[in-house]
Amino acid sequence: MRDQKLWTWHLAAGAIILVLLGLHMVIMHLDALVGIFNPAGGHPIDWANVVARGQSLAFTATYILLLGAGLFHGLYGLRNILFELDPAPPLKRALSWVLLLVGVGLFILGTWAAWVGHQVASMT
Amino acid sequence: MSNGNLPEQIVFRIRRFSPGRDKEPVWKEYRVAYEAGMTVLDGLWRIKESIDPTLAWRASCRMGVCGSCGMLINGSAMLGCNTQISELASSVVSVAPLPNFPIVRDLVPDLQLLFDDHAALSPYIIRADSAEQENPTGEYYQTSKEMETYLQFTYCIKCACCMAACPTCATDALYSGPMALTQAHRYNTDTRDDGFEVRKQVLAGEAGPWRCHFAGECSRVCPKGVDPAKAIQFMKRQLVADALGLRKKRPLAPLLKKPEGIQRRPGIAEAPEPTVG
Repeated sequence: MRDQKLWTWHLAAGAIILVLLGLHMVIMHLDALVGIFNPAGGHPIDWANVVARGQSLAFTATYILLLGAGLFHGLYGLRNILFELDPAPPLKRALSWVLLLVGVGLFILGTWAAWVGHQVASMT
Repeated sequence: MSNGNLPEQIVFRIRRFSPGRDKEPVWKEYRVAYEAGMTVLDGLWRIKESIDPTLAWRASCRMGVCGSCGMLINGSAMLGCNTQISELASSVVSVAPLPNFPIVRDLVPDLQLLFDDHAALSPYIIRADSAEQENPTGEYYQTSKEMETYLQFTYCIKCACCMAACPTCATDALYSGPMALTQAHRYNTDTRDDGFEVRKQVLAGEAGPWRCHFAGECSRVCPKGVDPAKAIQFMKRQLVADALGLRKKRPLAPLLKKPEGIQRRPGIAEAPEPTVG
């Protein structure tokens, strides 16, 4: 049952990444056509535009969602690759735990950074 | 010489191995006179009959039906009986046992792994009405359209060529492999079958289709055009839909009772008695 569910989440995470990376590309590279994400004008990574996006709770939520989807998709993919080297069952369990802890740790760190960024931008 | 592109003699390079006698496999060469229409299996017979009677391989029907003579011919998994030497377009034919299996001797692989994986996926009709299956009172009705959804996958002859060509089978001992997965999908798709939940116990775990990278080699080498890679992708879709609660529950094929009150026309013989059951 576990692999069926993990694979389904892997696909779902891929779809989320596709949408959010598409949004990222639009914001960063199609600013001449879609200017609403860069209210201060100029380059999309100008400080004023970064702050403007950071003030938005919806944008902060997409940062956290993309982080979670990217971490799960990447680390589950890495786990699959490592499992194909046919490690012994105890090593498989250890790898799964290490990847899980790394993923959860990075997610907590990234979520904290995104939230602090949102608060700093809101105070600006 | 019967073919302008082929010499009169074919050189067979055969990988020989006898457990207990040899420490590791060795390649031996045999020269055989070429004749029009000669298959690789014919060449092996010629060697056994006239050059080296100790050469061992597995074969039976000689017509691509039994699936016994799967072997690695010029680097590709094929049936020896189904492969014309003229198709290989080479005067040197290398023959080795199917990879990804232990070797019993010479060109004979031990296919126990294949059969174990196959049996683990319950490759037969599973229904709640087991009494009806044991003592049938009629036939399950299935439309030709329903049958076509799985028909291609029934052509499998268990020759193991797909398993030998699969890169995942080469590294992952837990992976069920294209043959067993295709047969599981064949029954999961059959409208007479209600065994999806039973097979899911295996398919949803590490033995399931999740390790398939869609290399497609299984479909390329299949001598019967079964296309296991396609079955595996369908199976993934079915299992993902199931995990999301979106799998469509299809109605089971109904049982058609034998017609009653019909008089046989004169001159038409009775059907023979069932030979099974």
